[in-house]
Amino acid sequence: MKGPVRLPFLAHRLARASLAVIGFIILLCLFGPLFSGHSYDKIYRDYVLVRPSLFAHPTADETREALEAIARRMHVQIAAPREDGEALHVTLETAKPVNPRALRAFERSDVFGPARIVNSENEGRRVDVDVALKQQVFLFGTDANGRDLFTRTLIAGRVSLAVGLLASFVALTIGVAYGAIAGYAGGRTDALMMRVVEIVYALPFIFLVIVLVMIFGRNFVLIFVAIGAVEWLDMARIVRGQALSIKQMEFVAAAEAMGASAPAILWRHIIPNAAGPIAAYLTVLIPRVILLESFVSFLGLGVQEPLTSWGVLIADGARNIQGSVHLLIFPALYLGATLGALQILGNALHAEKT
Amino acid sequence: MFRFFLSRVLAAVPTLFIIIMLAFFLMRLAPGGPFDSERALDPEIVKNLRRIYRLDRPLIEQFWLYLQSLAHGDLGPSLHWRDFSVGELFAVALPVSATLGAKAMLIAILAGTALGAAGAMSNSALGPRLVDGAALFGIVLPVFVIAPLFQLAFGLTLHILPVGGWNDGAWQNQILPVTTLALPQIAIVARLMQASLKDTLAMPHVRTLRAFGMPRSHIVTHALRAAFPPVVSYLGLAAANILTGSVVVETIFGIPGMGRYFVYGALGRDYTLVMGTVIVVAAAVLLFNLIVDLILAWLDPRVRFEARPR
Repeated sequence: MKGPVRLPFLAHRLARASLAVIGFIILLCLFGPLFSGHSYDKIYRDYVLVRPSLFAHPTADETREALEAIARRMHVQIAAPREDGEALHVTLETAKPVNPRALRAFERSDVFGPARIVNSENEGRRVDVDVALKQQVFLFGTDANGRDLFTRTLIAGRVSLAVGLLASFVALTIGVAYGAIAGYAGGRTDALMMRVVEIVYALPFIFLVIVLVMIFGRNFVLIFVAIGAVEWLDMARIVRGQALSIKQMEFVAAAEAMGASAPAILWRHIIPNAAGPIAAYLTVLIPRVILLESFVSFLGLGVQEPLTSWGVLIADGARNIQGSVHLLIFPALYLGATLGALQILGNALHAEKT
Repeated sequence: MFRFFLSRVLAAVPTLFIIIMLAFFLMRLAPGGPFDSERALDPEIVKNLRRIYRLDRPLIEQFWLYLQSLAHGDLGPSLHWRDFSVGELFAVALPVSATLGAKAMLIAILAGTALGAAGAMSNSALGPRLVDGAALFGIVLPVFVIAPLFQLAFGLTLHILPVGGWNDGAWQNQILPVTTLALPQIAIVARLMQASLKDTLAMPHVRTLRAFGMPRSHIVTHALRAAFPPVVSYLGLAAANILTGSVVVETIFGIPGMGRYFVYGALGRDYTLVMGTVIVVAAAVLLFNLIVDLILAWLDPRVRFEARPR
């Protein structure tokens, strides 16, 4: 390759848009959780299965419900709640004097901040209290445990993308090494090695993944090793085909004549010259791996709670489809956008090559 | 043709054997055993269970025993559902999964090729783009997203189809799972078909036919025959995809097929059950690949000649 790498496929409008989408999703997944205001595993007991909304919680209804719950717990009557910006003025009435420490109940809920007594009448049987309201936005709503879906979707994206990249890398390493060796060795070795590929190919891949998950346990790092160990077959075939034709070239013969060792020839000549098809196949491989990870996680064999991936979230959404569609829609949208964009990009690269 | 067939069958047998061997020994590498449960069993009981199921013998001997029973067509007893043998479990589950898979496959082939051919032969620029766009949807919407969306749309909102269950294969219960399984494959087949037919329509022999003023139906028949091989060779992979997809579809729609034995068997270390599913699935994939090879050889004489020993 001469000069800097040019990427003329970017002239393609759709490909450019796809690249932008992928970049946006990656940035959002990397940095979004820092700014979402929620932790991915924080449980808000007062906000279970909240619908997605741009507006801050609590709503008037939620405030009233939370107040009623607190009134029951403190054995008081709560009267005349009056909202004023971010604070709430309420009057507590009870038969016994109000214990100021009991006001902690407000703080313990997800709706209110600390409470402060401003006025006490009738020996503490009638108390005016100022309570701060906690303003919280759940952009994508919350799940059945009351966790923020927006943050969870982005954290899931990190996991899915990381698995996608790392598993692809594993598949790339195994596939390229295996294919290059088989192709360069040729003859009986090649036939035997390719026979092995054929056999593994006939094994249903989901079984392989399940067995590998069984052996490794449900360990995050080992999941992508398992996936990579399954997806290397096509790469091996492609690289082998390339190696078969490259080894006929004169520069390989020259290197052999100069006494270069087989590993050196593989590393210096065969693999670099197969780089084009390898890169092209990689764009197909990454979305496949992401999809496979989601599939495995969907079956409950992959990433474990509280960590999550798009597959886990979609499985969760499928279980809660009645009543809470947002649990399915948002993760599916992210997964779909990523897969689609990668696919279009891959197609553009392929069109470029031919 | 018969020699070709025979050579392919003979090549499939050792493959199946190696798969059985691999699966058998890989399974045993995994930690844990079939009798692990939340509440630990009495060691005496576990010992007895292991003796009854002959799990206390050396691994090689177990493998030999397994092969022997397999030769008699016996897949062994299930270690988890202890009242049933694997064969009995499959006798109920296999027809269900096979119905589902076969119908999905048939629909994928028919709809996919029709769509692809329509796209390739349409004179406007819009047709091919529509097919490409639809194909993209098949990739963007994986099976485990389509299935719950279908449940929501047709079951929970419109109330025209059942949300799940098998109901002894009533047609209403089959529509959603079959469609879910077929859709992604339709997309891929359509795209392959379109690309392939477009290429063949531009080939010299087709151009010659056109120059001679042959009727359109005649030209298309010629082009189709040359366009089919890439599509047919994909069908082997499509069968494998439908098999894995059916694991998800059966889970979501609550269908009593083979899919659940796959996952539960592996998680419960039910060695015989997992071995059984692996053998059935691998045999199905190999059989389908064999059929694909035969169709390819019938469509394309070059495949036949290359296979002949020199």
